[in-house]
Amino acid sequence: MSPPGRPKGERPSAEREGSPSSGVPREVRDAIADLLAEYALRLDEDRLEEWVELFDADCSYKVVTRENVEQGLPNILIWCANKDMLRDRVASYRDVNEYNLHWDRHVIGAPRIRPGASGAWQVEASYSLFQTDLEGVSRLFSVGRYQASVLVNDGVARLREMVAIADTGSIPTLLATPV
Amino acid sequence: MPQALKIDWPRNDYSRVPFRLYHDESVYALEMERIFRGPVWNYLALDAEVPNPGDYRTTWIGDSPVVVTRAQDGAIHAFANRCAHRGAQIVRRTHGNASEIVCIYHRWCYNLEGELIGIPFRRGLKGEGGMPADFDLKAASPRRLTVRNFRGVLFGTFSPEVEPLEQYLGEFGTGMVERFMHKPVRVLGYSRQMVNGNWKLYAENLRDTYHASLLHEFFVTYGVDRATQRGGVKMDARHRHNMNHAYAATDTQEEARAAYAGQAGVQLDRMQLRDASLLKYVPEFADGMNLAAPTIFPNMLLIQINNTLATRQIRPKGVDSFEIFQTVFGYVDDSEEMTRHRLLLANLVGPAGFVSMEDGEAIEIIQKATRPETTASAVFEMGGRGPLQDLAHRVTETPIRGFWSYWSELMGVEPEGAIR
Repeated sequence: MSPPGRPKGERPSAEREGSPSSGVPREVRDAIADLLAEYALRLDEDRLEEWVELFDADCSYKVVTRENVEQGLPNILIWCANKDMLRDRVASYRDVNEYNLHWDRHVIGAPRIRPGASGAWQVEASYSLFQTDLEGVSRLFSVGRYQASVLVNDGVARLREMVAIADTGSIPTLLATPV
Repeated sequence: MPQALKIDWPRNDYSRVPFRLYHDESVYALEMERIFRGPVWNYLALDAEVPNPGDYRTTWIGDSPVVVTRAQDGAIHAFANRCAHRGAQIVRRTHGNASEIVCIYHRWCYNLEGELIGIPFRRGLKGEGGMPADFDLKAASPRRLTVRNFRGVLFGTFSPEVEPLEQYLGEFGTGMVERFMHKPVRVLGYSRQMVNGNWKLYAENLRDTYHASLLHEFFVTYGVDRATQRGGVKMDARHRHNMNHAYAATDTQEEARAAYAGQAGVQLDRMQLRDASLLKYVPEFADGMNLAAPTIFPNMLLIQINNTLATRQIRPKGVDSFEIFQTVFGYVDDSEEMTRHRLLLANLVGPAGFVSMEDGEAIEIIQKATRPETTASAVFEMGGRGPLQDLAHRVTETPIRGFWSYWSELMGVEPEGAIR
């Protein structure tokens, strides 16, 4: 990924990894679109425990920032290396942590889908995440991109790996509910 | 020049702090001058972030933008990130490598030492125009800071009068920096958190050992840190720096259960993590501490929670906003497994940290609720009133009073008979 305002004389490299979603079977595209729609709705409706069930038994979830990614730095904001950790995160939000009381609203852009390793599909999509406080004041909380590895079996898609790369590295207030 | 400030301190031991000090624009303006640009050493960055000649990074002292560079001879420099000509930001990226630094507006050019070395059309064009012959490039250069590299931590000051760095840090501060930086570090990355609150609420938060196990319930619920562990607070002789610390495995579950019994909203043994890797502590410091959080006045925190290590820099962004800039690090000789462990434990700290996210909310709800207050004050009496002293326990707010005493001294607003 090139940094913004790349030095003069440098040109963006040609399309890195093949063409967009054209060769992807219709049922796969439909299943992934359904998955992303459910992902957004379950988070926005505060059904976090059901959101966890969109992940495969063997899964990981990360929130990182573009600033770190572009410098090749591995630091994370959130890293659940397996489904138990994902459940622990949710349980901690529910019962342990204090955070700004708000509603979430995710808007996820059209995904680009490509075949990935070991039968998984590589999915990329932009997201916007707005937060609204309990008196109805909304703010843009985060924009960025999802980079997911998705398994599709019998028309149902599950997340093997989900990485949210936040352009919004300067987190307003705090980050509690998942991106 | 801000006008002289008058504060009606209700008490001379800072056990009352007027809320207006978190909201007053003139207080903020004076703080930038007398504290951040005053006789203090500010944390700038880590030496490891500018490893090669030509490397630069932007940072902040108070709300002043600053560039840190490593010159060709390996020396570190820092200067105001503001063009000598029209005041534009000279460096716009957060970091990079360059042989010289050029402002985009009229291409005024600086060397890595921060000296103005070139002005386009300085001699005019075909004998016409240009700068006056006596224009002194060097004298016009951006304001330079004095920089010291102490064990890989870069500190800078705008003040010609500040005491030497090691004296400023004191035995306490030098010891703590040496502890964290006892071998070469590797930066694992950054996090940023923008909080709608006055920067001093965070300076207080870092000195508030009372809140740690109450607000950050994760600490207690999962036994990362409890007030019943052996630990305490230490301050330097001037009470401007402080350290909250605790020793691993020095209380029992029974002691903790008894101590927290009946405390509203805090319960032990209520929940268990399905995956406890987050709580694992691989001993790596000879002193046995699993929690150490030394705060260096005015803008720095070093923090260890088990095996996660970081620096934090407070970057004020106006009277009611500041950024917490966190640099997470490990050591160059960490195994791949240790790096993975540190990154997993990074879940504990930062804007989404299990034991840190709450601070953003706690500060914002103070800022919101105290905005209209012109006469009321915050109460700081936990741990006692009067003299400022170290304590072998953590149910205390004394280091917050220590912060205010040094703040008042620098601001020139001490109450009559003030304690120091």
